[in-house]
Amino acid sequence: MDVFIQQLINGITLGSIYGLIAIGYTMVFGIIGMVNFAHGDVFMVSVFIALIAYLILTTVLGIGSIAVALFLVLLVAMAFTSLVNWTIERVAYRPLRGSFRLAPLISAIGMSIFLSNFVQVTQGPRNKSIPPIIQGEYVLMDHGNYAVTLSLKQLIIWGVTAVLLVCFWYLVAKTPLGRAQRACEQDQKMAALVGVDVDRTISMTFVIAAALAAVAGTMYLMYYGVVSFADGFVPGVKAFTAAVLGGIGSLPGAVIGGILIGLIETMWSAYFSIDYKDVAAFSVLAITLIFLPQGLFGRPDVEKV
Amino acid sequence: MTDATTQPRSRTAAALRDAGLTALISFALFLPLVGFQTISNIRNEIVVTTRGVLLVTLVAIIAGSRLCYSLAVDPWLKRRALKAVKTETPAWRAAVGRWFVPFAIGFTLVYPFIVLATSGFGGALKWVDNFGIQILIYVMLGFGLNIVVGLAGLLDLGYVAFYAVGAYSYALLAKEFGFSFWILLPLAGCLASFWGVLLGFPVLRLRGDYLAIVTLAFGEIIRIVLINFVDLTNGYAGISGIPRPSFFGIPFNADDGGFAAVFHLPFTPIYRTIFLYYLILALALLTSYVTIRLRRLPVGRAWEALREDEIACRSLGINTTNTKLTAFAMGAMFAGFAGSFFAARQGFISPESFTFLESATILSIVVLGGMGSQIGVAIAAIVMIGGTEIMRDLDFLKDIFGQTFDPTQYRMLIFGFGMVLIMIWRPRGLISTRDPSVFLKERKTISADLVGEGHG
Repeated sequence: MDVFIQQLINGITLGSIYGLIAIGYTMVFGIIGMVNFAHGDVFMVSVFIALIAYLILTTVLGIGSIAVALFLVLLVAMAFTSLVNWTIERVAYRPLRGSFRLAPLISAIGMSIFLSNFVQVTQGPRNKSIPPIIQGEYVLMDHGNYAVTLSLKQLIIWGVTAVLLVCFWYLVAKTPLGRAQRACEQDQKMAALVGVDVDRTISMTFVIAAALAAVAGTMYLMYYGVVSFADGFVPGVKAFTAAVLGGIGSLPGAVIGGILIGLIETMWSAYFSIDYKDVAAFSVLAITLIFLPQGLFGRPDVEKV
Repeated sequence: MTDATTQPRSRTAAALRDAGLTALISFALFLPLVGFQTISNIRNEIVVTTRGVLLVTLVAIIAGSRLCYSLAVDPWLKRRALKAVKTETPAWRAAVGRWFVPFAIGFTLVYPFIVLATSGFGGALKWVDNFGIQILIYVMLGFGLNIVVGLAGLLDLGYVAFYAVGAYSYALLAKEFGFSFWILLPLAGCLASFWGVLLGFPVLRLRGDYLAIVTLAFGEIIRIVLINFVDLTNGYAGISGIPRPSFFGIPFNADDGGFAAVFHLPFTPIYRTIFLYYLILALALLTSYVTIRLRRLPVGRAWEALREDEIACRSLGINTTNTKLTAFAMGAMFAGFAGSFFAARQGFISPESFTFLESATILSIVVLGGMGSQIGVAIAAIVMIGGTEIMRDLDFLKDIFGQTFDPTQYRMLIFGFGMVLIMIWRPRGLISTRDPSVFLKERKTISADLVGEGHG
């Protein structure tokens, strides 16, 4: 039971990170119907940006307060990662809009290879690890031999994710930008006819997706404290799994899917085999797509002749 | 067109403004990752150092090329677009089209001897091995995947799994039971196509991007199993000492019974390489031939019908389940052949050779080649694999950029960006026209724009 509760805590933390990345997949897929293969690598780039920002802020500028430093790191990472994703959309996807359907996918795969190798070339192939940023944990239950703990950083991740999701939900549901996004999602031509700037809306979608990936990246850095250039692929595929599980196109679905994937992964590691935890996540992806292609919260895809 | 009519001064000003904006954006873009570098110091802590010169140079190059583009290249392209109204293809192009395939096959047949004649026994090894065999493996894999993606329209991102099945089948069976290459080659193909059906069966209902992602997941699952099933596969360490193929029973070694001794030739390792070259060439040609023949059979026509429209295909009475499964099985079989050849050529395999990157490379070869065009696939394989192989030996760049500059690490960087650029330049692939497999009265060339893709 203790192990179960501990894994529940860990799983929700991991799942929050997946959920934030999954929103990026689900939004981009919703609006232009494309699996943004490079999104996992955008997440990895954001971890590196956060790492560099953190090191500059604490060692070069000498900011003593960890809370202030983390907040600034979050802002810097969001800003720069958004710029990266905006540029990627402009360079690699926009010229291919309206082209045949495989072209953007191949372009995205190329971009994914480019990003991970770019980071490898500029930052070196070795793992980058930093000492823990935040320490401190609360013991929830202690039965002598096994103590269930909730660490401060896990609490921060939960808090930040929850706050951002509320902001983000407000953005999509209540603002003109969100309305334009939903309009483009339904019918781009029609949206353009009624005066929605489709290009700008799609660009903003990529910017928001990257900003959320950067939040996930900062949290990842704070939680694990280690990153390498190859760390984009697997979280990317798992976040995509989360988006599919929740129902692609559905925002609450992406978050719930993320938490489910996080839970499945941690429970599998605890009770079965840690070597095969990725197999568990990938199998969930395959099983979902085969038996429940519309996901938990998605609309069924009606095929018209 | 408006640029051509407006004043040159304002055009220059606009170009300068544009270049300035580009410089600003690229500065911000590259500031974190190029401007700063994280390195480990003596105490193994990560510290940040700055790389101002590199950052400024990079930004200057990008802004400069943007300026050149908007001042010189863009007006030139527009002028050319105005001029290019002729639609008639010149006669020489038709002649090239007719003679290209026989010439290409002839060239590949004599290629090892050309190389031997020009660069001698020592230098030829590299050219036959790195460029000949390496490219032909990808040509063969491209032909195989072309059946699945190009003909049947099933987007498969886990193709490397079948390549891995073929390689491990050969390696394990040859090492444990000592079967010869010629017995195991068909066996590996059968096993791989068995896996193709096995993995194809659950994904029959999926289409397009979803199918791509599930096949990717299957590919990764097989790789993770290969890593973790240590008792069978030896995990990350891989399998070494895999028996090499022999020349109809005559091994390629320095013994008295070896190839060199039997044919009274001086011993060099090049004979084996040339033998392997012809082996993979034969396999690639076989794949190509089988594909061409299959396109004319009912099953091949069913594949192409499936690619165009699954619903229409089903309403015409074609069994889509069988059609999809045969496509998966045929594609996987050729991957299995290629895999067993790969294991026999390397003598060593490990899960590292079967990553997602390989699947992505093969798929991009097929798409770059123009989805269904065999010549296109071959050209794309030469461009992509040959291009990245050439980047392995650009040591002269060290003289320009200093001894610490390592050109090989930029290989995949350029590869990735090249994929993006080629897609923007030719989204339909290099060879975007092709002959129809079936025609009424008269053979007309059809454009790839008319061909459906990946809905099946």
